[in-house]
Amino acid sequence: MAIFNLTINGEKREVDVDPDTPILWVLRDELDLVGTKFGCGVAMCGACTIHLDGTATRSCQIPISSIEGQKITTIEGLSEKGDHPVQKAWLEHDVAQCGYCQAGQIMSASALLQSNPNPSDEEIEVAMTGNICRCGTYVRIKDAIKTASKL
Amino acid sequence: MTLIKTKVGRRSFIKTSAATGGGILIGFNWLVSCTPATEEEPTVAIPNEWFDINGYIKIGDTGMVTIYSPNPEIGQNVMTSMPMIVAEELDVPWKNVVVEQGSLDEDAFKNPQFAGGSLSIKLSWDALRMAGAAGKRMLMEAAAKEWGVAVTDLTASEGVISEINGERTIEYGQIASKAVGIEVPEELELKEPKDYKLIGTRQKNVEGPKIVTGKPLFGLDYKREGMLLAMIEHPPAFGLKVVDFNTEEIKAMAGVKDAFIIDTTIPEPGGLGINAFPQLVAIVGESTWQLMKAKKALKVNYESVSEAENSEMHAAKMQADFEKGEAATSRLDGDPDAAFASAAKVIERTYTAPFMAHNTLEPMNFFANVTADKAELVGPTQTPKLLEDSVAKLLDIPAENITVDMTRQGGGFGRRLYTHFGLEAAAISKKMGAPIKMIYTREDDMSQGTYRPTYRSVYKAGLDENNNLIAFSVKGIGIPEGPVFPNRFPAGSVDNYVAESRGIETNISTGAWRAPRSHFTAGAEQSFLDEVAELAGKDPIDLRLELFERAMKNPVGEEHEYDAERYAGVLKLVKEKSNWGTETPGVFRGVAAYFCHHSYVAQVMDMVLVDGKPKVQKVYCAVDCGILINREGAENIIQGGVVDGIGHAMYSELKFENGTPTHKNFTTYQLVRFNQAPAEIEVHFVESEIAPTGLGEPGLPPAVGALANALYKATGTRYYHSPFSTADQGSNLIG
Repeated sequence: MAIFNLTINGEKREVDVDPDTPILWVLRDELDLVGTKFGCGVAMCGACTIHLDGTATRSCQIPISSIEGQKITTIEGLSEKGDHPVQKAWLEHDVAQCGYCQAGQIMSASALLQSNPNPSDEEIEVAMTGNICRCGTYVRIKDAIKTASKL
Repeated sequence: MTLIKTKVGRRSFIKTSAATGGGILIGFNWLVSCTPATEEEPTVAIPNEWFDINGYIKIGDTGMVTIYSPNPEIGQNVMTSMPMIVAEELDVPWKNVVVEQGSLDEDAFKNPQFAGGSLSIKLSWDALRMAGAAGKRMLMEAAAKEWGVAVTDLTASEGVISEINGERTIEYGQIASKAVGIEVPEELELKEPKDYKLIGTRQKNVEGPKIVTGKPLFGLDYKREGMLLAMIEHPPAFGLKVVDFNTEEIKAMAGVKDAFIIDTTIPEPGGLGINAFPQLVAIVGESTWQLMKAKKALKVNYESVSEAENSEMHAAKMQADFEKGEAATSRLDGDPDAAFASAAKVIERTYTAPFMAHNTLEPMNFFANVTADKAELVGPTQTPKLLEDSVAKLLDIPAENITVDMTRQGGGFGRRLYTHFGLEAAAISKKMGAPIKMIYTREDDMSQGTYRPTYRSVYKAGLDENNNLIAFSVKGIGIPEGPVFPNRFPAGSVDNYVAESRGIETNISTGAWRAPRSHFTAGAEQSFLDEVAELAGKDPIDLRLELFERAMKNPVGEEHEYDAERYAGVLKLVKEKSNWGTETPGVFRGVAAYFCHHSYVAQVMDMVLVDGKPKVQKVYCAVDCGILINREGAENIIQGGVVDGIGHAMYSELKFENGTPTHKNFTTYQLVRFNQAPAEIEVHFVESEIAPTGLGEPGLPPAVGALANALYKATGTRYYHSPFSTADQGSNLIG
């Protein structure tokens, strides 16, 4: 176990965990930030996507000891009132079915739009192909990203 | 007006609702208090006092209405659509409604609380309407009493009661306190479909705002003060049993509180109690990551208790036993042998499909808190009542001492119909004497499945010299169950017809996978009919319509499950909406229609070639589910069914080697991804006043057939063996 000082959603947090603990489990077990989901544990489904210094990152694969000094943003910190353009577009298109993957989808989509405000269909495909939606809401995800890019 | 008999008896309905005032229904509010039904700000204030009207409804003094959604929410959106039905008959503005997940209390809800078979809306249609109508009537009775008039002098709409020939009005919130416990007549008036204001509109998922902000909603998110975490390790192969493990070594590891073997064997578990591994290693601690590390350090000894199966063995058995012994189900009309012998053309094709895993994105998990004579369970289950009864057997305590609460569920698809993971949580909690939450890794989840069975069907058709279908044969086998529905289409439309279904035993645990059997049979039958139409020189839609015409006017045999007119109706609608018959260069079209779970869906799939590879571009769907409840949610679930159907038919399979599943995670088990999904899916509904039926499953099966037929147009190859992307595709034309 070791102490790590983290910046999560703009707040300083301190945790005492095994250094090899993935960010995902620090968020979920230690900090009660359970919006970031566990789906596969091998970075193949995207349910655990967070922003690490603004870049969409699979939190199940990154040991907490490797990110000191970097800023973590989770779904809970994407906006103060749940009104980030991507969140608003997700509601407008009523994207979710079960909803389990959607936090990860939203984190991937918001990182894409941050770096590329008007992505082409191909660029959206590249950014979103790492996020599985088992319910198959991909058509609505695509429409919501296009709406969000105009908000 | 429609009169509905309160089948369950008005007294019991009221009595139960009064009993729930003590908090039975209100117990499960650890997540939040209120979920606004719409994104709009409620126009009413948070109430100071709530009044229980009946098992489904409580009304606040400000006019805010809470409606409890009775059934498990697995993504099929019943948490929005079921309360919409109550709100319609109660006649309140949807924006004043907040929805909460109801607890397990089938007496209060007057309805079985489960998610399966696309049955939630179909089975609850009367109970939901009755709850709303009874609530409205109670409020009106209370107002009538208050004003000293007859209830027939009043009308109620949008949460306001008014005198028909007078000036007085009163809001539901102002009279609710006086409505508690009022008896309602034995018969209640229900609205006619033409008068619906809410049913049939587009309403958004009531939990949408929480989903997009990452609120704790799912079983995996559940937390209780003092709760420990637990993980399990099951044998790596079907046919093995746990003997012992390096207990002391594991218990000495950092973060491990305890490690032991549990046994979840119960008497008479029933079909949904299927459990390939009743003995498991359990490890308990406080950190998921430390438990994962302990799992990796396990050295478990296993013993063989039954044969280790493999995929080659399965394929060989299905071929060898294909017509062996008596069929489990069958149907015979006319004389198929004679008809095939006299046919001008005969075509025979074989279709196969592998085992598949459910892969709900939220892995199996459950919270349990077992004390001396009580047990509390919280988590994702499609069958809370069955779980309660099963836990009662496991712990040998009465079912009334057990509570099961449902969280939102990260997918179901049939996987959470089964009880073993709930039992495992209960067994671990009992051993620890503490509240625990047990979670599976993806590998645990994928390699201890209740898999979709593997299937093999042979279809044969005979045409006369005028290309009329005169003989049809379908024989299917599966492990452990055959896929054939003997009384479904084309039964009833062909003079000489035979259907047989057989099963072969296995030690691999299998179960209901979204649209059980239908997903395979729809794909096989609908692509076979495409080939029959081609052989007959007919348009594939025209061939089907010709057969439905026969089934309508002069049906063959004793019975068939489907309504040929509704079946033909969705085909005609999709034909119109897709402009079927118009050719677009570079676009290759396939069509399919299927009836299952009491609903009818037809689809036209447009495929294009991207860099020479086939890709579905657009899908047109026509759906007949009777009265449509929530247009938004209904469209979404049909779109999802199409993507799910395409994805699993194209990419997914689970094989076995020495009893071990060959795939354990998404590194090799392929699920459909964003870039492989259609760009557009249009959904059209048949306008109907027939009682509503479900949509969780019916959107998926026709997609498999439409996909195979579009692939043929695009590539010139017929696809008989799923997954289409990898399996060797053969052909065998006779006649």
